[in-house]
Formats: sequence, structure tokens, C-alpha cells
Amino acid sequence: MNREKFIERLLLVLALSSITSLLLITIFIFLEGLPLIWHTGLTNFLFSDHWAPTRGRFGILAMIISSLLVTLGAMVLGVPLGLGCAIVLAEFAPRRLKLILKPTLELLAGIPSVVYGFLGVVWLVPLIRDYLGGPGLSLLTGALILGIMILPMIIGISIDALDAVPESYRQGSIALGATQWQTVARVVLPAARSGIITAIILGMGRAIGETMAVIMVAGNALKIPTSILDPVRTLTSNIALELGYASGRHREALFATGIVLFVIIMILNFSATLITRRK
Amino acid sequence: MIFPYKKTDRGEIRQGEISFGTLTGWGGVLLGLLLSMVWGASLGGCSFETRSKTASLCVAGSTSVQPFAEKLAEVFMNLHPEVRIDVQGGGSSAGIFAARQGAADLGASSRELAGDEKDLVEIPIAYDGIAVIVHPTNPLENLGLETLREIFQGKIRDWGELGLKAHAIHLITREEGSGTRNAFEEMVMGKSEITPAALVQDSNGAVREIVANDPHALGYISVGLVDHRVKAVKIEGVPPTRDNIRSHTYKLVRRFILVSRLPPRGCAKEFVDFILSAKGQSLLEAEGLVGIVE
Repeated sequence: MNREKFIERLLLVLALSSITSLLLITIFIFLEGLPLIWHTGLTNFLFSDHWAPTRGRFGILAMIISSLLVTLGAMVLGVPLGLGCAIVLAEFAPRRLKLILKPTLELLAGIPSVVYGFLGVVWLVPLIRDYLGGPGLSLLTGALILGIMILPMIIGISIDALDAVPESYRQGSIALGATQWQTVARVVLPAARSGIITAIILGMGRAIGETMAVIMVAGNALKIPTSILDPVRTLTSNIALELGYASGRHREALFATGIVLFVIIMILNFSATLITRRK
Repeated sequence: MIFPYKKTDRGEIRQGEISFGTLTGWGGVLLGLLLSMVWGASLGGCSFETRSKTASLCVAGSTSVQPFAEKLAEVFMNLHPEVRIDVQGGGSSAGIFAARQGAADLGASSRELAGDEKDLVEIPIAYDGIAVIVHPTNPLENLGLETLREIFQGKIRDWGELGLKAHAIHLITREEGSGTRNAFEEMVMGKSEITPAALVQDSNGAVREIVANDPHALGYISVGLVDHRVKAVKIEGVPPTRDNIRSHTYKLVRRFILVSRLPPRGCAKEFVDFILSAKGQSLLEAEGLVGIVE
């Protein structure tokens, strides 16, 4: 066999093995979790807020709501900041500033989430407790930390999308007498729209899937929050908190929580792919 | 004028797509790797008999017992250099499960065995009190069991109702399945549930950390882990001292037990004997527990 063919085959095997492991994980999660959903009933599982697994109550409504709220909060912080930063770096910043800022942002992406969580606990939690009230471990704290954590992803993908807009668009717009800001707002941003939406959706996926930092700063209470200063437990936190101890139905319930998370993230990724394809 | 047609729209977007695809691919590979690592670790950690002369022993279970088991293992290994003891956490239920499966030679539990677990061999090693802790500046000195229950049921939510300065109580509990929580529920809550409004933390240390920093917090941890940064209140007028725990005058007392599928043999038996010896028990006492052997 010639060398070319051999490398081709090798790469194919590698590609297939990664897909296979993904497939195996999916099958495993569903096999472990579905019996419980079957047993409790889907509506009971999704729309009851009573989670007391050792007493046989498996309702994850509070966690679904909390996950969505924390993610929403993270987007409120992360999207304007991230998008603003991306526009500056791609359109306005002098080359030298960009050369410094972009690697810095990429470094931000490399910080482990437990470090973000730790910073949140020692720095943000006391601030919120002392100035805003509540126990400090809260929906707000979780959203703030997540908002910062998704910045590198949103900025990175948005910059790529902005850079991909052909230079001729900008030149055309400027030639017609538009200012630089008008060019960015009316020409470049709309042209890069699909890339930016992808960035936002992938950021959302990251936020909803983040676990460690959220466990550390969000308080993990089981109640549906009534204020942004209430402690909340997200779907991911629930799995990570209790899996070490769980057995039997309880364990199945945690995998079922994983299924719900899996479905949410699949929907997000799928819509990201759809939006990128639609040209 | 020359237009720099370097970037074509389509080309760049394509590139973006590809890199996204590879990302997920790598995620899969990484997960696979991780899984195999975890698998490898669990093999290597436990049932592996290492080289000819050394014997190895695996103790897994309760995170409450873990620090004490580690201390005991350390001293035991100094006395018997030919034995290697691995101490792992994971929780009481996981420890009992591991002992039943034979994945661990000894399971450590901070809760009593449940109905279908009673067929395992249990070896009580120490008593541990559960301390109810508040911030050192909190003037609260004493709590009745009934009051404590109502606080954790969510019926009493304000320090004002206990005659202190009015402020919401920041209640902290442990996660479902934790041995400490299980013991607390049995001894304090009876049939009632802990309010879902309570904060949940996944270790004694995390609960202590929050209480140490929040003047309005109330939580419970193992007495052995109480330090100067938090204050343990009296329960029914009885402080959680060593004597009160041994005599059970202090109400919130549980047992630490080791479990195994069969009566321990070989180095497992040696380790158990060591724990129950005067030296082992005094080690536990020095770490803040109360020995079970008089």
C-alpha cells in the first residue's frame, strides 16, 4: 500500500474512533437514564420541582429553570461585552493592540474553570453578600462568572466572522461616503451575522454545560429562585454533586438529568450548524 | 488601486466550520481517553497486587472518614513498609458498594447500614459528633433539637425568631446521599425534609468555609473538623465535647464503620486490628474523634 493511502486510512480510523466514542457515550447515557423517566413519567420528571431522590421524588423543574436563568444571565453579560470587544479588535483597534489583546483573550480561555470558581468564591461572593444581601452564593454570582467564562469563545468566533467579511464591502461602503461606524453597523455586522449568531449559541452551550465553577458559586439550593440573589442548582451541578453517592434509582435519575442536558445542548449545537449552513 | 482579495467570504466560513467539526471530534477523543484513564486508575488504585513482597489494601468510602483513614493508613504504613494502603473518597454509599463488589477491601461509612446492606461485615471504629456551627461573632449559644428541626424545615427563617438581631438565616446543608446529611436527617429531622431553600455544599470543608465567612450562616459538620474559625453551639444545653459524645449525652452522635464482604483477612485484618488497638484509637482521638474501644 502506498504511503498516501496508508495515511488516509489511518486518519479515517482515528476519525471513526472519536465518533464511535461519542456514540457509545450517548447510548450509555440514554440506557442508564431512560428507565427512570419511564418509571417516573416524563411530565412528572420535567415539571415537578420536588427533588428528594432518597424519598423517591425526582422532579427537576427547579434545575431546568435555574440552568436557563443562569445561562440567560451569562448571555446578558457576555454577549454585549464579547461582541463589543470583537468589533473593536476586528475593525477599530490598531494592529499592535490587536497583537497584544488577542493572545491575552486566548489565554483567558485556557484558565481552568475551577480557578474561575475559586475566584468567584473568595472575591465575588463576599462582595455580593456584603453589598447586595443574601448568602452571596447566588444566581447572580453564577451568571457573572459564566458571563466572563464565555467571553473568549464569543470574542474568538465573532472576530473570525468579522475578519471573513471581504475587504471590498468595507471599501465600497466607505467609498459611498459612510463613516467607519456606519460601515461596521450597517454593512460588516449584517454580513457577519451568521458567524456571530453561531458564536452566541456556542457560548450559550458552554454556559449551560459548565459545572465546576457553578457548583462553587451558585449555592446549589433546590428551590425555584424568586430573586437573583437566591441560591440555585443547575442541571450540571445536580449531576456532579450527587453522582458520587448515588445508587439505584437515584443514579438513574442523575443520568436522566444528563439526558435533558444532552437534548438541550444538541438543540443548541444543531441550530448553530443550521445557521452557519444557511447562506 | 489594487483590491486585496485575499479573504473570500466563503473560504473563511468554510474554515470556521471545519475547525468547529474538529473541535467536537477532539472532544470525543478526549472523553475516550479520559474514560480509559479513569478505568485504568480504578484498576491500578485498588485490586492490583503489586510486586512480590508488597501487599496492597484499598479503603474507599465516606468523605467524613477519609481524612482519619488517611492518617491511620500513613502511620500503619510506617510500621509495615511492605503494605501499601490506598484511601479513596466517594461517599459512604459508594464505599459500601465498592466493598460489596470487592473493588475495595474495606468500605468506609459514616452512616449505618441500610436493610439490604446488613449482610456485610461491619466494624465500628469510632464515634463522631455532628456539630451545628455558626460564625464566631454569632451570639447564639444553644439550640434545642425541636428548634433545630424547625430551622431546617424552613419554618424558622430569621435569627430574630431566636431572639437575636433580625436577619435571614443562611442555611447550609450537605448533598443528598452524604453520610453526614443522612445522620443529621435521622437524628434531627425525623420524617420531615430539609427545606429546598437551603444552600447545598458537597463537603464538610466547604460548609465550614462558608460559615467561617458569613455571619448569618448556620450549618452542620463533623465535630472532628470544627476549628477556631467557626463556633459549635450546644444542643439541648450540651456542648459537643469528647466526654459528652462518648456518653451520648450530646444528642448528635453517629458511628464510623468499616465494612467488608467477608471477615477481613491478611493485611486487611492487620489494619483493622491496628485501628482498634490502643495506638490506633488514640490516633483517632488526637484527630478529634472519640474512640469506640474504652
